[in-house]
Amino acid sequence: MNFLSLFVLIPLLMLAGLWLAKGQKGVRAVMVAGSSMLLALSIALTVQFIADRTGGQTAEMLYTANFVWFEPLNIHYSVGVDGISVAMLLLSGVIVFTGTFVSWDMCKEYFLWFTLLSMGVFGFFISVDMFMMFMFYEIALIPMYLLIGVWGSGKKEYSAMKLTLMLMGASAFLMLGIFGIFYGAGGNTMNIIDIANHTGGAQAISLSQQCIWFPLTFVGFGVLGAMFPFHTWSPDGHASAPTAVSMLHAGVLMKLGGYGCFRIAIYLLPEAANELSWIFLILTGTGVVYGALSACVQTDLKYLNAYSSVSHCGMVLFAILMLTTTASTGAILQMLSHGLMTALFFAVIGMIYHRAHTRDIRELNGLMRIIPFLSVSFAIAGLANLGLPGLSGFVAEMTIFVGSFQNADTFHRVLTIMATTSIVVAAVYILRMIGKILYGENTNAEHAKLHDAHWEERLAVIVLIFCIAGIGLAPSWLSHLIEGSVTPVIENVKTVGHLISQSNPFQ
Amino acid sequence: MDYTYTILILLLPFLSFLVLGLAGKWLSHRTAGLFGTSVLGIVTAMSYYTAFTYFTADRINDVFPTLVPYNFTWLPFFDGNLHFDLGIMLDPISVMMLIVISTVSLMVHIYSFGYMHGERGFQRYYAYLSLFTMSMLGLVVATNIFQMYMFWELVGVCSYLLIGFYYHLKPAVAASKKAFIVTRFADLGFLIGILIYGYYTGSFSFDFTNTAVYLNGAQPGVEEGFSKAIAGAGFILPTALFLMFIGGAGKSAMFPLHIWLPDAMEGPTPVSALIHAATMVVAGVFQVARMFPLWIQYAPETLHVVAWIGAFTAFYAAAVACAQSDIKRVLAFSTISQIAFMMVALGVCLPENGFTDNHASLGYMASMFHLFTHAMFKATLFLCAGCIIHAVHSNEMAYMGGMRKYMPITHITFLIACLAISGIPPFSGFFSKDEILVAAFEYSAVMGWIMAGIAGMTAFYMFRLYYGIFWGTENKEYHEKHVPHESPAVMTVPLIILTIITLTVGWCLPGSFGSYISATGTPYHIHLNWEVAGTSIAIALCAIVLATWMYARSTQPVADKLQATLPQLHKWAYHRFYLDEVYQFVTHRIIFAYVSRPIAWFDRHIIDGFFNFLAWGTHTLSYNIRTFQSGRIQQYALVFLWGVIVLLIILLIP
Repeated sequence: MNFLSLFVLIPLLMLAGLWLAKGQKGVRAVMVAGSSMLLALSIALTVQFIADRTGGQTAEMLYTANFVWFEPLNIHYSVGVDGISVAMLLLSGVIVFTGTFVSWDMCKEYFLWFTLLSMGVFGFFISVDMFMMFMFYEIALIPMYLLIGVWGSGKKEYSAMKLTLMLMGASAFLMLGIFGIFYGAGGNTMNIIDIANHTGGAQAISLSQQCIWFPLTFVGFGVLGAMFPFHTWSPDGHASAPTAVSMLHAGVLMKLGGYGCFRIAIYLLPEAANELSWIFLILTGTGVVYGALSACVQTDLKYLNAYSSVSHCGMVLFAILMLTTTASTGAILQMLSHGLMTALFFAVIGMIYHRAHTRDIRELNGLMRIIPFLSVSFAIAGLANLGLPGLSGFVAEMTIFVGSFQNADTFHRVLTIMATTSIVVAAVYILRMIGKILYGENTNAEHAKLHDAHWEERLAVIVLIFCIAGIGLAPSWLSHLIEGSVTPVIENVKTVGHLISQSNPFQ
Repeated sequence: MDYTYTILILLLPFLSFLVLGLAGKWLSHRTAGLFGTSVLGIVTAMSYYTAFTYFTADRINDVFPTLVPYNFTWLPFFDGNLHFDLGIMLDPISVMMLIVISTVSLMVHIYSFGYMHGERGFQRYYAYLSLFTMSMLGLVVATNIFQMYMFWELVGVCSYLLIGFYYHLKPAVAASKKAFIVTRFADLGFLIGILIYGYYTGSFSFDFTNTAVYLNGAQPGVEEGFSKAIAGAGFILPTALFLMFIGGAGKSAMFPLHIWLPDAMEGPTPVSALIHAATMVVAGVFQVARMFPLWIQYAPETLHVVAWIGAFTAFYAAAVACAQSDIKRVLAFSTISQIAFMMVALGVCLPENGFTDNHASLGYMASMFHLFTHAMFKATLFLCAGCIIHAVHSNEMAYMGGMRKYMPITHITFLIACLAISGIPPFSGFFSKDEILVAAFEYSAVMGWIMAGIAGMTAFYMFRLYYGIFWGTENKEYHEKHVPHESPAVMTVPLIILTIITLTVGWCLPGSFGSYISATGTPYHIHLNWEVAGTSIAIALCAIVLATWMYARSTQPVADKLQATLPQLHKWAYHRFYLDEVYQFVTHRIIFAYVSRPIAWFDRHIIDGFFNFLAWGTHTLSYNIRTFQSGRIQQYALVFLWGVIVLLIILLIP
C-alpha cells in the first residue's frame, strides 16, 4: 500500500471516528488527532521528498502507485506527487489543522462534512489520473453546499446555491474537457504524465482539438480559481460561509483551480496554451485590477477580503499563462502565500465577527485597544496581503513579476505593468480597512468589553503567522522545490513554440 | 581585513525588534528602552569600527575597494540568470551611511527615553525603532537593486507604523496612510524600473562592471544578450533609471510626490528626526547616487530632468516654509528643500567628461557631503523642536516666543543648527552647501543663481522660525500657566553631541570629505571657491539680517504689513498651494467615486446579474414547461387530438 493513500485514508478513518464519537470532547479529540496526523504526514512527505530529490530521484512523480479501477474507460487509481503537489499538500495540511481549531465549538455533523471536504482536497492533490482528480474535485464541492447552507450566516441558502451551481456548471465544462483530452489522446489512458509525454498508448492531440478542450478545461478550473468574470460566487460564498469553511475554501479549494489549470490545461494542451493564452491573459489581467478596485469600496470585511482574493487568485492564473518557469513558480508560491494569508484573514475576521456580531467596517473602530492580539494578527494578515517584505506575499509577487517580464513583447509587458498596479491598490484597501477598524477611538459601548482570543484561536493564528513569515523569510527551498516540477510543464510548452499565437490580434 | 562581523549590524537590531515586539508586553518601560538603546549602542560601535578600519585600510589603485563580506541567493529566479540576493556591500557611500544612520538612530534612542517617558506603547515604539534601523541599514548596504527595494519597502512600513504611533488620533492615522500610499505609488515606478533593468542587463547587482560589458554588446556569442544590449543602450536604460528615480522621488519627497512628508509630522518628534529628516527621506538621493555610474554613462540627458525637478522642489518647499506656523511643518518643508539640494547636486554633474573626472562630477561628492551634514543638523533641529514641544505642549509658534530664557541649551543648539543650515562658516552646512553651489554654477549660471537664491530663502525662513520660537512675541499668558522648562539631560545630551558634530565635521576631518567620497573614488581635495562662497555667505547674511529685522522684536509690524498687503499669496503658501486638495480630489472623487464604485456596481448588477438571470431563467422556464407533464389523461388526449389534426392538415393540403 502506497503511503500517499494515507492522505485519503486518514480522513476516512476520521469520518468513522466522528460517527462513533460521543459528545463535543470526543469529536474534538478525533478532529485534533486526525488533523495533526495529516499535518505531520504532509510535513514528513515534504522532508522526504526534498531528501529524495537531492538524493537524485529525477522521476517526474515520486511515490507512484497504480491500480486498475474501471477497465472499459481505462480509469486507474493512480497516485504520485511532484514538488507542486507536495507544496499544496503542505498547505492543505496547515489549513485543515488550523481550521479544526478555529471551528472549535461546532457540532459533529459540521465536522463530518468538513472532513469529507478535506478528503476531497487531499485526494485531488495526490491524483495522477484525470478521472480520479475530477472525482475528488466533486467530492470537495458537495460538502461546501451543506456547510454554507446549514452553518452559514446571512443569505446563506442563496449563497450556497449560487456557489454550488456555478461550480457545478464549471465542472460540466471540465468533464467535457477531460473526456475530450482522453479521446483526443487516443482513448487509452487517463494518466496525466502519460498523456503529456505521449507514452502508455497516448498520442499527440491535434491542434484543432486542443483549441476546443483548452478553453473548456481552463474555464472549468478557472471558475474555481475565481477567474474574472466567473468570480461572483466567491464574494457571496465567502461572506456566508462559517469561518473555517471560508478558510478552507479560500485557502485550499480555490487552489484546486490554479493547480488544475496548470496540471491539465497547460500541461496536456501546450499548443493550445500558446495559441489561446492571450484571451485568458486579458481576462485574468483585468480580474487582477478589477478585484483590487472593487475591494476599495466594500464595507463588509468578508466581501473586501473576497474581492482581494479575486485579485490575488487572478494573479495566480495570470502568472501561469505567462508560460515562463519563473512566473509559474511564482504562481504556485502565490497559491501558497494567498492560501495562508487569506486563511489567516478569514480566521481573524470570523473571530471578530463572532465577538462584535458585525463585519461592517463602518461600525467597527478602535479594536486595537480592546482586542490587541486579534488586531495585531489582522494587521499582519493585511501587511502580508499588500506584499510586505519578510512575509509570503512579497516573495510570490516578485517572482511573478520578474517571470512575467521575461516575455518581452508589448502585449505581455502592458498586461504585466497593468497587473503591478494592483499592489498599489492593495495598499489602499488594506490600509483603509486597518485604519477604520483597528485604529481610532472605539465609539461602540458594546464593543468596549470584548474578550481577546482563546487559546485554540491563538494557536491557529500563530501557526498561520509562523508559516507566512517562514515562507517570507526563507523562500529559497520552497522555490527550488516548486521549480523542479514546473520546469517539465514549461519545457513542454516551449518545445511546441513559445507564445506563438496566430489568433492574437495584439501581437 | 575581515568584515564578516558586519552581519551583526543587521541582525542585532532585528533581534531587538523580535524581543521587544514579542516579549515587550512583559518588560517594563525602563528595561525595554535600555535594551533597545544598548543594542543600538553596540551597532553604532560596530559601525564606527567598520568605518575606521575601512577608511584607514590601504587604497587599491588609489580607490577604496568595494567589499562584499556576505552575499547569498535568497530567492532564485529561473529565467535569464536572475536571482534575488541578500548581502552586505561596503563601499565609501554605504560606510558613510552606516555612520549617519547609527549615529542619528542612537541619539534618537537615547532622546526618546526622555521624550516618550510614560507613553503608552513605549515598548512597541522601541521595537519599531529597532526594525526601522535594521531596515535602513539593510537598504544602504544592499548588494543589488532588489535588496534595496526590499528594505525600501520595509522602511516604508516602519515609517507607516511610526507615523501612526498615536493610532487613536485620527490625523495620525490619516497621515500614516497617506505616507504609505503615496510612497507605494512611487515605488511602483521603482519596481517597474527594476524589472526593466533586470531584464535588459541580466543582473540586479550593483557591480556595474558586468552590466557595462553586457550593454556594450561586448559579450560575443550571446546572441540574445546582444540584441538586448542594443535595446538597452538606447532608451531602455534611461527609462529604467528614470522609473527608479520616481521611486526615489517618492521617498525623498520630490515635487509633486512630496505631499506625504509634511503630514508625516503627526508622528512622535524623535521619529521625525530619525526617519523624516535624517535617514529614510534621503534614501532616494542615496539610490540615485548608487546607480550614479549608470546615470552618468547611459542617461546623461535624464540627469538634467533630475536637476530641474530638484531645483523646482527646493524653491517650492522654501516658499511654503516661509508661511507655515507649525514649527514641525517648517522643518518638514525645509527638509524637502534641502533634500532637493542634494538631488540637484547629483543632477548637475557634467557628463561630458564622463565618470573619470572628479571635478566634473563634483556634485556627487557635494550631494553625499550635504546628506551627511544635513542629517546631523536637521536631526538637531528636530530634536530641539521636540524639546520645545515637550515644554509647551504645542506645535504652534503662537504658543512660543521668548523661549530663550527658559531653555538655554535648546536655544544654543538650535541656533547653531540654524547657522549651519543657512550656510554660515565654520558650521558644517556651509562647506557642503558651498560645494553644491559650485557644482551648480559650473552646470549653468542660471542654476547657480537659483540655488544661491534658495539658499538665501533657507536662511530667511530658518531665522524666522528661530526668532519666532526664541525671541519675538512671547505668549506670556500661556507661559504663566505652564512654565516651560529645559528638558532633562537624557534629551539635551544627544542635542549637544549632534551639535558638536555639526560644529566640527566641516573642517576637522583629516583630509576633507572629498578624500573619502568622490565620484571616481580617488581622493578629491575640497578647495573653497571663495567667489561662490563669498556670494553665498553674503546672501545668507542678508537673509538673516532681514529675518532679524522682521521677526526678532516683540512686535512684527513689517511681517504683519506684508501679510496684509499680500493676503492671497500668504494664504496660498500657507495652504501649500492647495496641492493636497488636488490629490484629495483625484483620489476620493475620481478613483473612489468614478472608478471603484462603478466597478463594484457593475460586478454586483451586471456580472452577478447575468448569473442570477441564468438561474432565474432556468427556473422560470422549468416552471412553465412543467405543466406539459401534468399526468391528466384528458389533457394528453387533447394534445394528441390536436396533433393528429395538424398532421392531417399538413398531409392533406398538397
